[in-house]
Amino acid sequence: MSDAVVETHGLTRDFGDKRAVNNVDLRIDPGMIYGFLGPNGCGKTTLMRMLTGLLTPTEGTARVLGTDLPGNAEGLKRQIGYMTQTFSHYRDLTVWENLDFAASVYGYPRKQKKSRIEELLTRYELEGQVNQLSGSMSGGQRQKMALAAAVLHNPRLLFLDEPTSAVDPESRRVFWEALFDLVDDGTSIIVTTHFMDEAERCHRIAILEYGIKRLDGAPPDLMAGLKAQVVQVEGNNLREAKRLLDATPDILSAAQIGARLRVMVRPEIADPEGLVRKAANLGASGMVTGTRANLEDVFVSATTGEAT
Amino acid sequence: MISPRRIGAILKKELIQLRRDSMTLRMVIMIPLIQLLLFGYAINTNLREVPAALVDQSRTGLSRALVQMVEATQVVTFTHTFATPEEAERAIAASDVRAALILPHDLARRVSQSRDPAGPGKRETKRPVGQWIVDGSDTMVAAAIRGLRGMPLAELVQQPANAQVPTFEVALFYNPEQRSEVNIVPGLVGIILTMTMIMFTSAAIVRETERGNMEMLINTPVKPLELMIGKIIPFLVIGLVQVAIVLGLGNLLFNVPINGGMGTLLAVTLLFIGASLSLGLVLSTIAKNQLQAMQMTMFVILPSILLSGFMFPFDGMPKPAQYIAELFPATHFMSMIRGVVLRDATLVEMAGGALWLSGFTVVGLAVATFRFNKRLD
Repeated sequence: MSDAVVETHGLTRDFGDKRAVNNVDLRIDPGMIYGFLGPNGCGKTTLMRMLTGLLTPTEGTARVLGTDLPGNAEGLKRQIGYMTQTFSHYRDLTVWENLDFAASVYGYPRKQKKSRIEELLTRYELEGQVNQLSGSMSGGQRQKMALAAAVLHNPRLLFLDEPTSAVDPESRRVFWEALFDLVDDGTSIIVTTHFMDEAERCHRIAILEYGIKRLDGAPPDLMAGLKAQVVQVEGNNLREAKRLLDATPDILSAAQIGARLRVMVRPEIADPEGLVRKAANLGASGMVTGTRANLEDVFVSATTGEAT
Repeated sequence: MISPRRIGAILKKELIQLRRDSMTLRMVIMIPLIQLLLFGYAINTNLREVPAALVDQSRTGLSRALVQMVEATQVVTFTHTFATPEEAERAIAASDVRAALILPHDLARRVSQSRDPAGPGKRETKRPVGQWIVDGSDTMVAAAIRGLRGMPLAELVQQPANAQVPTFEVALFYNPEQRSEVNIVPGLVGIILTMTMIMFTSAAIVRETERGNMEMLINTPVKPLELMIGKIIPFLVIGLVQVAIVLGLGNLLFNVPINGGMGTLLAVTLLFIGASLSLGLVLSTIAKNQLQAMQMTMFVILPSILLSGFMFPFDGMPKPAQYIAELFPATHFMSMIRGVVLRDATLVEMAGGALWLSGFTVVGLAVATFRFNKRLD
């Protein structure tokens, strides 16, 4: 008997000729935030929609909260919350009306409905917007309202599809604080993102590319386990240096970040700094220093693989 | 299990949205109001005062008297006078007039012939006293002029009026004064309901998709049938309000009687509204966006108006067309509403139509529910 909230085996989904999700095996344990990290079109949303029963897998099976998919999705709806990528509540209804609607369709007990909505309004700082049409609120306020609606019926598992891609950094920070509060209350959360800083906040992540799961694990473990050495280059003429580095076989990647180049070198190279200095033709003015891998390095090294 | 609570939630949401959509609310009232006034006054199947030309080649007191008699029928008004039939033909071709009356030189002799009873031994055969040239392309105009063919000349020839006895006597039930409004107004109920009910519901489901609400909605435990019922109820009420406006004002302004029982009227109307709404929902599950929904609505509305018997008598259509027309709820409703309002028909007498509408509603609702998929594939 497995106590995972999500377990998939060979989950695959085709749209016509295009394979959006390819043979994904996942195991997500309860009480954590699990992130699907990947570029746009990598199959994150498709994978999430299969787990909520919105899409039927072409192949493979999934077990979500003990419910086998495909099939049986209706019973699952009450136990999961789903926050869509674009705001999908009624823009011509007020915050209260939207939450009242959500409470009623989820069959939230009538007597406790009012106090539950008030509690959520306080928790997500929406008291001032109670009677405001949701369409006229800011992006950050809309996200908070959508979160309130998604957790109103106390779901055991919460799906968030790129929840903060349309909000400012401050709203994003507040939003993530709210997510950790939910985890603290026992909710498991699955979130898709293409932001590194957001992925870094997850307990565990899966990196997806072309519908294939390239890597999964806890972000610190992934960074520690990166099969590459990272060096930073400072100096003049960085664009030329990048071109030279890109043409060098033992250099995995080189990317400019502000006034620096971030370079990944094959792990078996004994003196990565010396190799970079020589390959980039830096001369005396350049500075090369070794540095710790970050999640973006992990992402880059995991996704430079060929398309399959 | 169908949950009344979830239906209530959908219903409440729909009502709030409707309340905030003032344009739709205004249309709900204005469509029946304006169309009743417009069509009630404008549509008249009794043709009057067709513009006509006169070619009087006899130029006698007799011809002038005949012309006055023709004008007194009010079927035509002589707007042009020409010397020759050729000029009159040109005027018809130019659409200045729709018909021309030609009175020949020997009008007096022809009239006097018509006075004598025809019998054996008479050398001369009777001939018409004049000729109409008519633009026959519009059959209604042609029929109106044709009606003048047998116009009695008794007055002209100082004959006693009762000398000619009609072959048949005709008793006109339900609309003895032959006012078009009596037929138009009840029919208008069918047209307006078809238009608004199908149009509103055909947009209902697809609007949720277009506004991006569908993905949220299908993630909730809402069942398709609950969604359909919740969306139908507000329009059921709107439909009844529209019927009340049309029949009430029709009674007030156009003196159209409501002879039937209110219960029967309500039952027939609800049946038709239900059928129209479920048809709209089916369209809504087929359409990908609101524009497509609108196009499909038009596809249904035109035959509903033209084949239902609203404009042209149902019995005059060829059999295959009648079969097609009977598929549309509007056709059945048209005969039923006229039956209730004008003839005081009971539901039992109209059982066929009532059954068809009920069946249509149930099947439509089932198809819409079945077609509405709570998945995205």
